Amino acid sequence: MSEVEETIKRIQSHKGVLGIIVVNSEGIPIRTSLDNSTTVQYAGLIHQLTMKARSTVRDIDPQNDLTFLRLRSKKHEIMVAPDKEYLLIVIQNPSE
Amino acid sequence: IVPLFMATKSQEIYECICDEHVTEDNPYKLIKKADIIQDMKMRAAISDFHPVKQLVLDYPGEELLIAYDPDFKFGQNFFLCTTEEAKMEHLHPGGADAEGEDGAGEEGAEEEDNAVYVYKPPEAKEWVTQGSQVEVEDEIVVDTRDKIRFRASRVRKEFGAPIIFEDRDADTSAAEQGLAASCLACPSYADTNFTIKKAELDNAVQAVPELTDGSSQTDWKHPVTASVQYEPRIISEEEAKVAQQSEEFKQFIQASVPRFELALQQNTIMDVFFDDWTVLGEEDTNFGSKSDSHLKEYQSFTDLQYSKDKTVTCVDWHPQIKGVMAVACCERLTFDERIDNANKLLMSPSLILIWSFADPIHPQLLLEGPDDICCFKFCPTNPNIVAGGCINGQLVLWDITEYSEKLSSNRGNNSKASQKKAAMFGEEIQPETPTIRYCAVSAIENSHRNIISSVDWLPDHYELNRFGIPVENRLSECCQIMTCGTDGHVMVWDIRAPKAPANTKDQQIVFCCSFSADIQAEKSAPPRPFGVSQVFKHLDLSWKPLLKLSMAKTDSSGDYSPLKFSLAEKQGARDHGGKTDLFYLYAVLVFQFTTVPQPAGEKPETTGMSKVPSAKNQRPLECIATNYFLGSEDGEVIYASFKLEKDNETGKSNGITLPKPTWAVAPHDGPVNTLQRNPFFSDILLSVGGWTFAVWKEGVTSGAILQSACAPKLYTAGHWSTTRPAVFFLGTKDGNVEVWDLLDRTHEPLLVQNVTAAQVTQIVPWVVSKKQHLVAVSDNVGTLHILEIPWNLRHPASGEKQAVEGFFDREIQRIEYFDKKAVVRANERSKEMDKKKAQQAKVEEMTDDALMEEYKAEYDSYKQLEKKLLQQLGLIEEEKPEI
Repeated sequence: MSEVEETIKRIQSHKGVLGIIVVNSEGIPIRTSLDNSTTVQYAGLIHQLTMKARSTVRDIDPQNDLTFLRLRSKKHEIMVAPDKEYLLIVIQNPSE
Repeated sequence: IVPLFMATKSQEIYECICDEHVTEDNPYKLIKKADIIQDMKMRAAISDFHPVKQLVLDYPGEELLIAYDPDFKFGQNFFLCTTEEAKMEHLHPGGADAEGEDGAGEEGAEEEDNAVYVYKPPEAKEWVTQGSQVEVEDEIVVDTRDKIRFRASRVRKEFGAPIIFEDRDADTSAAEQGLAASCLACPSYADTNFTIKKAELDNAVQAVPELTDGSSQTDWKHPVTASVQYEPRIISEEEAKVAQQSEEFKQFIQASVPRFELALQQNTIMDVFFDDWTVLGEEDTNFGSKSDSHLKEYQSFTDLQYSKDKTVTCVDWHPQIKGVMAVACCERLTFDERIDNANKLLMSPSLILIWSFADPIHPQLLLEGPDDICCFKFCPTNPNIVAGGCINGQLVLWDITEYSEKLSSNRGNNSKASQKKAAMFGEEIQPETPTIRYCAVSAIENSHRNIISSVDWLPDHYELNRFGIPVENRLSECCQIMTCGTDGHVMVWDIRAPKAPANTKDQQIVFCCSFSADIQAEKSAPPRPFGVSQVFKHLDLSWKPLLKLSMAKTDSSGDYSPLKFSLAEKQGARDHGGKTDLFYLYAVLVFQFTTVPQPAGEKPETTGMSKVPSAKNQRPLECIATNYFLGSEDGEVIYASFKLEKDNETGKSNGITLPKPTWAVAPHDGPVNTLQRNPFFSDILLSVGGWTFAVWKEGVTSGAILQSACAPKLYTAGHWSTTRPAVFFLGTKDGNVEVWDLLDRTHEPLLVQNVTAAQVTQIVPWVVSKKQHLVAVSDNVGTLHILEIPWNLRHPASGEKQAVEGFFDREIQRIEYFDKKAVVRANERSKEMDKKKAQQAKVEEMTDDALMEEYKAEYDSYKQLEKKLLQQLGLIEEEKPEI
């Protein structure tokens, strides 16, 4: 457990990281470092996007699967790692 | 006369064969009656005389006349005269005719001979019936027999006898009863005459629709979503904890974290999307030719009539209309000269000239003020309002709504069209520039006592209430003005209409008005005196400031006399959501609030937009800074707040005082003519005064971030560049404009360019369009120069903002370092001092005599020194100079 905490804290303190959210398979955030409204918004939207991306990859090749998703915008970058039950979202500001 | 047909046989019998016995000349033949009768008997029906048999029998005479009628005059070839007269007439017609003719001839002859006609009345003759009486006689009713008379009588005694009635059956067996058949029964019987079998019956049929009333009402029960309100699903804390402690979670984290680390590190190592190519070209332009980095003269404005030999005190660009700027001109006289020339000055108008690029010779508009205008500003939200401060301390408002369309639309039409006017008497008629008089001026007793040196509009996202606390501004329009004057006061004015006149002893009556409503009412208002807008009529001559703050010096007595102020809040900067940093307002005006009596505890009414909102309704804004900077006439930079705090110590009834300025320093040798915040960093200020300029950071009280060396010439104007955070412009007394770039070098300007021969009074850069950045430079002789900023001076280098920020941070660190060093050194010094004192303690053990001798020796040496100095000054001539 403490390893898990440590790992998460390590990511959180990485340079430029704005926040980190863990979402379960239903799209409900389990753990977050941002405020509630932002978390809920990110969780819902990114979850849907990840599902879509995953289904896209699997449609093209059913034996393939989505491992990592990076969404870069003008202001920051959103990184998503999907799993069977959980989803980890990290928001980073790369220019800093 | 009856026509008669005679056949040939008959003619032979009677010897009247045509053309033998009877001719035309002799048509008549007499036939005996007896012959005719015999003929008729013999021949009966065959006889020609059969039809006239009766006539013949009735004929009285013996002979009948038959005449031959060849012309069939009477219808047959013969005719028979039935009467004697006719017979006679025919037999002797000639005679009668002859007689008649003769008679007529005689009569005619007689008539001709006699002129007089003798009237002979017709003689009455006997009625000769022609047969018409038969009809008449038929119609006459004549008794055919005599009338019969009857007489009936009854025995007299039977009259009036009682009557006895009996019944009797009136049937057919009346004979059995022995009665005569006098009673006839009249049984009723079906008289077939009157029974008509109806074979046809007329029946009328009308087809009428049956009307039925029916109705139904349907219920629309189909549900439609009106609104949806949803909440995100959230799991509870315990569930979250349980989930986080599960095995899968652990594995998931361990599996995905390495990917993240890879990605995060990639981002920090290098920005993959950074386009080097586009950035590459930016640095080449620095090597351009000199003209490219020069401020190019674009246009210059001067008016021979209004601005010649005057000094331009203030320049401001129109916030919305491109290419329009306003210039305030003042006489170049000292105070004494003003008093001497007061009469002349009264006659010459004090004007703000509004210029447009379209016409460099004639100003578009003139705004007239009560006295020379030292500073003015367009209202940022409503550029039709101009607020200006006068040299006599009054605050003036102009409303140029009427001419705003003219300003924006009329470009270049004025000069040509109006010059075509025919000149009268050979004189040139200048096209008339419209002059607008001020529409509101503040009350003299409540205004500044000395010149208003700076005026500015408070940003529209907040407003100040009576206590200097910033509250929410609902209008989102600039409605408050802050002014500072050299009398040591900073005042805040409100341009809205007053609330209901109240029994106030206070001087602070807030005036509210809603611009748009009033200006619309203005358009339909009755004609105005002097053509002046009536929007601010409520303010005219009775305008009092909302807040009045006096600046008392912190360390010594007296007031600061502020020249410039700088507010922290920027117009248009509304981001106060979560920030809690305080912005500092540069207000020239804020200082101590000591003597102005407070309002008698009245609360403004709660009304709509047109009045000052009630203090209760106003939400005080926490994150608005109430501090501001001031630059004074003595070269001081002061930092103070206008928020009134409750003063419990003095126990005054109003209980409110102004806090003293928290910090003041005098870095400049002359009056501060510019105090301005960097448009990119709101806590960095530039202050220009005397021969130096300084860059400050708010909060760093130990010193300026950068203080320049003394320049050879006096600095008279300054302004940050609007596009490059490290660049600012300075103007000097000899008409030079210096461009300083803090990133380039800080000991000398990047560019020095001479713009005018006279002193530069104001520099105001402005972004007209993306490709054209202009700077307005005004000078002491009334000319306004517009220069174009070259590309390298207006285009920020890449990362300039960060570089400048870094520069400032480094400077602040340097200051802090030196502060610390100073502290350290002070400590060291104090330690040395202690040591010295310890040494000196030993010295004091010497005898007093020795001390006295020591003192004397010192005194002697001093005396000699004094002599020497006096000799040098030439005050003592004891020792004659050796020849």
